[in-house]
Amino acid sequence: MPEPLHASKAGKGREDGRDQKAAVGRTVTASQTVPAIVRCKIRKRGERMLAYSIRRMIALIPVLIGMSLIVFGIIRAIPGDPALAILGQKATPESLEQLRRSLGLDKPWYYQYFSYVKDLLSGDLGTSIRSGAPISREIWPHLAATIELSFVAMLIAVVVGINLGILSAWKQNSAIDVISMVIALVGVSMPVFWLGLVEQWAFSIKLGWLPSIGRDDIRDPVAAITHIYLLDTLLSGRLDQFWEVVRHLVLPSIALATIPMAIIARMTRSSMLEVLRSDYIRTARAKGQKMVWVVYKHALKNAFIPVLTVIGLQSGLLLGGAILTETIFGWPGIGSYIYDAIQFRDYPVIQSGILIIALMFVLVNLIVDLLYAVFDPRIKYK
Amino acid sequence: METMLERKPGAPQPAKTAEASLWYGAWRALKKNKLAVIGACIILVFILCALLAPLLKPEGFDAENLSARLKPPSGAHWFGTDDFGRDIFTRILYGARISLWVGFSSVTGAIIVGTVLGILAGFYGRWIDMIISRLFDIMLAFPSILLAIAIVAVLGPSLQNALIAIATVNIPNFGRLVRSKVLSIKEEEYILAARAIGMKDSRILLRHILPNSLAPIIVQGTLSIATAILDAAALGFLGLGAQPPHPEWGRMLSDSRQYITDAPWTVIFPGLAIALTVLGFNLLGDGVRDALDPKMKK
Repeated sequence: MPEPLHASKAGKGREDGRDQKAAVGRTVTASQTVPAIVRCKIRKRGERMLAYSIRRMIALIPVLIGMSLIVFGIIRAIPGDPALAILGQKATPESLEQLRRSLGLDKPWYYQYFSYVKDLLSGDLGTSIRSGAPISREIWPHLAATIELSFVAMLIAVVVGINLGILSAWKQNSAIDVISMVIALVGVSMPVFWLGLVEQWAFSIKLGWLPSIGRDDIRDPVAAITHIYLLDTLLSGRLDQFWEVVRHLVLPSIALATIPMAIIARMTRSSMLEVLRSDYIRTARAKGQKMVWVVYKHALKNAFIPVLTVIGLQSGLLLGGAILTETIFGWPGIGSYIYDAIQFRDYPVIQSGILIIALMFVLVNLIVDLLYAVFDPRIKYK
Repeated sequence: METMLERKPGAPQPAKTAEASLWYGAWRALKKNKLAVIGACIILVFILCALLAPLLKPEGFDAENLSARLKPPSGAHWFGTDDFGRDIFTRILYGARISLWVGFSSVTGAIIVGTVLGILAGFYGRWIDMIISRLFDIMLAFPSILLAIAIVAVLGPSLQNALIAIATVNIPNFGRLVRSKVLSIKEEEYILAARAIGMKDSRILLRHILPNSLAPIIVQGTLSIATAILDAAALGFLGLGAQPPHPEWGRMLSDSRQYITDAPWTVIFPGLAIALTVLGFNLLGDGVRDALDPKMKK
C-alpha cells in the first residue's frame, strides 16, 4: 500500500540533518541518538523488505509449478501418438518404442511429471532428439547470446524511451513532442521481424555499414569464456573483436528495442506530465532550480514507478521478440534454438527453451517488484 | 434504485438514460479525437479491401505469371510481383481478409471465454476464483508469443491453430479485467438491492454486471486486435500460421526474405500493410480508451 509522501516530511528530513550537524559539537548524546533512530528505521525497513522478498518468492512457487505443468504438457498434448509426431511416418515400430521409452511416455502421466520435475531440479533438461546431447549442456551458449542481445536491447529501450518521453512531456505540444510521439506510435505498430528485415536491407545490403548476420566475424571468431561475447572479448583483451561484436549487436538490438522503447516513451510522457504539474515541482522551480535538474532529479524519481512496471512487462515482449529477431539476424540465441527445434520437431528442446525463457521473464518481474522499494520508499510492504 | 424501477413496466429508467449518455458522450469524444478518426479510416480502408478483393482482383491471389517474376512496382503491378510472378498488391488485398479475420475472431473468442471465466472468478469467489486466478497467473508468466508458439507447436502449424493459440493467450487479459470489474461492481448498492428483491444470480450478471463491465472490455478488445494481428503475422513469419499459397502477410514476408537484395518491394509492402493495420487499431484503441475511461478525461 503506497503511503502519500508529504513535502513536509522530506523537508523535515533535511532539517534533522542540519540539527544533527549542529549537534555534533554540542552534546555527545544527541549526536548518538539521532543516527541510532535513523539506523533503526533503516534496519526495520530492511527487515520488512527482506520479509516481503521472501513472501514474493514463496508466491512464485504455484506459478512455477503451473509453468512446469504446462511445459510438461507440451509433448503429452500432441494429438495422436507423440512419438509418431516426432519421428514421422517413416519411423519403424522399434524406433517408436525406443523413443516412447526414452521420453517416459510408456508410464502413467503423474509418474512422468514427477520424474520430469525431479530431473529439472537436478539440472537435467532432457536430451535433444536431433543432436542426442544433453540440453543442459547445449543451452548455455544460446542462453548467453539471448541474454546479451536482450540486455543491450532493453538498455537502448530504457535510455532512449525515457529520454524521449521526458522530452515530450517537458516540451508538451511542441514539434518535438509531436514527432517523438509519432515515432513512438509507429514504433508500437511495427512488426519486429519486418523492422529487422528493412534494417538489414538498408544498413547492411544497401549502405554496407553494419554486418547483417551472426554475433562475430566468422574469420576471427571470439574465444568463448562466458559466451557473453562483450565480456569475453574484454576478458581476453581483444578490443578489435569487442568492436566487431558491438557492430554485430547494433541492428538486432535496435530492432528488438523499438517496440519496448516506444511503449516506455509513451508511458514516461504520460507519467511525467502528471508529475510535472505537481506542487513540489513548482516549488523546486520557484526556488530557481534549473529545469533539467528539476526534471531529472525530482520529477523522474516519481514518474519512474509506472515506467518500471512497463519495463517489467515489456521484458516479456522483448524475450518473445527475441525469437523473431534472432531468426532474422542469424543470432544463435535461445530463440533460434527453439525455432530450429520446431522445424525438426525436437520437442524436448522446445520444452526446455520455452521453460528457460519463461523463467527469465518471471525473474525479471521479480527483480522489478523488488526494485519498486528502491525507487519508491513510500511503498509499504505488508 | 434501478431495480426497483424495473419492476414497473411503464416507469422511466434513469440508469438506462445515464448509460445511454455515457455511450453517447464517448461517441462524441471519439468523433472529436482526430487520431482515432484516422485510425478508424485506416481500418475501414482495410475492411473494404478485404470485402472487395474478389471484385477488384477477380483473378485471385494465386495467379502465377512466371515470365513476370520479381518485377518492380509499375502501372500494371502497383506493388511489383513476387518470385512466382504473382501480383503483390492483389495478395495484400486478399491477405487483409486473413489478418482481419484472425484479429477479430481470436479477440472475440478471447473476450467470450475470458469474460465467462472472469465473471465466475469475480462473482463466485472462493476456490473457483483461486483456481481461475492462478491459471491466469501461470498463463501470464509466459511471454504471450512464446505461449502461442508452444500451442501451435503442439497442435501443428495452420491458420486455424494460430487463431486458437492467439485467442488462448489473450484469455487471461480479458479474464483479469472482467474479474476486477466484477469484484468492484458486486459491492455496489444496486447489486445489494437486486439481491434483496430476490433477483437471481444469472439475471444480476446479465442485467447489471455484464453491461457495466462492457467499457473496459471494448477498450482492451480494440487494442488487443492490434496485438493479435501482429502475433498472427509473427506466427506466419515463423511458418506456424497460414500455409502457402495463402497470402498471409507474415508468411509473404518470410517467403520473400531471400529476394530482399534484388526485390526489396516483396518485403516492404506486406510489412507496411501489417504496420498500417496495427497502427489503425492502436490509434482507434487509444481513442476509445480516452473516450470511455473517465480517469483519462482531461
